[in-house]
Amino acid sequence: MRSFKRHILFLSGIVVSVLLSKTCLLVLRTLTPSFAMTDSYTSTVRHGVKNRTAALDLSQKVRVLCWVMTQPQHLKSRTQHIRATWGRRCNIVLYMSSEASDFPTVGLNVSEGRNQLYWKTIRAFQHIHMHHLDDADWFLKADDDTFVVLENLRYGLSKHNTEEPLYFGRRFKPFVAQGYMSGGAGYVLSKEALRRFVKGFADGLCSHDTNIEDIGLGKCMETMKVQLGDSRDVLGRQTFHPYPPHYYLTRQLPRPRPWYLLYEHYHPVEGPGCCSDLAISFHYIDAVQMHTLEYYTYHLHPYGYKYRFNPDERSDNRNNN
Amino acid sequence: MMSEGSSFMKGMVLGGIFCLVMSFFENFNSGTHSEVHEHLHHHLKPLSKDELEKLSESQMSDLPLQVRVYCLIMVTPKLLVHWATANDTWSKHCDKSVFYTSESSKALEAVDLQEQDEWARLRKAIKHAYENAGDLRWFFVARPTTFAIIENLKYLVLDKDPSQPFYIGHTEKSGELDYVEYDSGIVLSYEAMRRLIEMFKDEDRCPERGHALWKTSEEKQLATCLKYSGVFAENGEDAQGKGLFNKKSVSSLISDSMGQNPADVVEACCSDMAITFAGMSPSQMQVLMYGVYRLRPYGHDFHDSLTFLPPKDSDND
Repeated sequence: MRSFKRHILFLSGIVVSVLLSKTCLLVLRTLTPSFAMTDSYTSTVRHGVKNRTAALDLSQKVRVLCWVMTQPQHLKSRTQHIRATWGRRCNIVLYMSSEASDFPTVGLNVSEGRNQLYWKTIRAFQHIHMHHLDDADWFLKADDDTFVVLENLRYGLSKHNTEEPLYFGRRFKPFVAQGYMSGGAGYVLSKEALRRFVKGFADGLCSHDTNIEDIGLGKCMETMKVQLGDSRDVLGRQTFHPYPPHYYLTRQLPRPRPWYLLYEHYHPVEGPGCCSDLAISFHYIDAVQMHTLEYYTYHLHPYGYKYRFNPDERSDNRNNN
Repeated sequence: MMSEGSSFMKGMVLGGIFCLVMSFFENFNSGTHSEVHEHLHHHLKPLSKDELEKLSESQMSDLPLQVRVYCLIMVTPKLLVHWATANDTWSKHCDKSVFYTSESSKALEAVDLQEQDEWARLRKAIKHAYENAGDLRWFFVARPTTFAIIENLKYLVLDKDPSQPFYIGHTEKSGELDYVEYDSGIVLSYEAMRRLIEMFKDEDRCPERGHALWKTSEEKQLATCLKYSGVFAENGEDAQGKGLFNKKSVSSLISDSMGQNPADVVEACCSDMAITFAGMSPSQMQVLMYGVYRLRPYGHDFHDSLTFLPPKDSDND
């Protein structure tokens, strides 16, 4: 009789632990703020209605301040192409350089050079905090060779509360315990995250302890208890990309991770499943590619084509063939 | 003295009359020639938005079913990677796509024409396509180094009757001959195909193997045979007159535009409704596939009057 009881207890132990761990995982998953969340925080998106006013609505409800990390020598070769393409889609765009100019650029009190990048980031965010905190809801940092699709960024952010300490981008694993966001792919801070970053430096909790700006910022975010969000779409596809599209989209035979995917926090996918239709950024984009991506995103169009991916029509996702 | 003068005068008068008659005769001839050359449409444009909106509901739903395209893709084993890329990308959007090769490859399926001569191969492919067309009435001929957006091709020919002769693409001139460039793709209607195949029987005007010392390119030979059957090349362009068929890559066109129109690079470069680009690497073509059929900004809608559904069993569009 006793061995029978023991067996029952043993089995129920298994059942309970399984149920508990499943619940834990579920709770953990919902705890990570993600772009794939289907409840819209700002409910500007209406089912089935897809026209430009949806995009315009979002630009008023989800205001983004973009700052572009640049330098005097790049204004003609790189930054002017950002100004001609996606820069004008930001609610506010600031071109941050060592020198002020009529471009217009904001002059930070920093010199140029790869080892000054984190100083530039710190000074840039301090400047924004001092002059523009109330002018926007979210704060994006990009390089002068990053291409950004603002509408898709706003769409992803619309489900989140900027008063929470959050930061989104392409999540990398190493160097920082909770991970950090790739600098080249661009990352975006909530208002509260920006406040905490600036406060961290003001209170001495964060310091300039590295030249690598994305790692440095990531460490400070961890210290200041800012949470890393999941920017992947509802199908688990990435939206921020630290390299140009052909690195990811080209079909490959199954193979060990190439060098440029070694830092990935989420398991990377190679080939067409890599990237969301509603991609937010690509990096290492030269001038010609910048205009090419602008043409692909905003102009070139297959007449009448019914897109497979329609995130607002949830039933479509299950029927994807 | 007098008789010498008058003979001279008679000679002059006769010569004068002869010249007049000759020039009159010549004018008469070239007059008829220009009438033959003159055809109604040299520039072919798609239906305008207004015209499209005037169509009835039933006409609207019928149109996508009526405009169906048979793609002939002319490959060789040398172009294996481009062949595979065309197979994996744009050709999936044709209603029927058939690869015609000079010699078979173990890696990919194709109709093996076993023919090294490019013009002879094209003739065979055209005959095969016409015989296997089923109810498809539009034909698109391209090499795998071309990338085509078939939906935009359909839009261009939406209101054109395929039982009329149409031969469309990017046109160039070679002397008196207007021809469609091969690299940017060639569109032929069912009637044009029928007349062409008839003309293939004429060994004098449309020989299978040329007797000349030099070889004329297939695109010019095609144009010549079509011209003899009364079919003339037309340049496909959008409502603004921008060419829809491009023999250059997107980056090449963008680069040109950056030099010529730095203030308005994308606007000046290429049509929103572009149909073809050429000379792109396989990975650039895969990026273009993503750029055309997937990448877009949330909230922008083109309000197209027709719907074309995505192809089955495809994961990159």
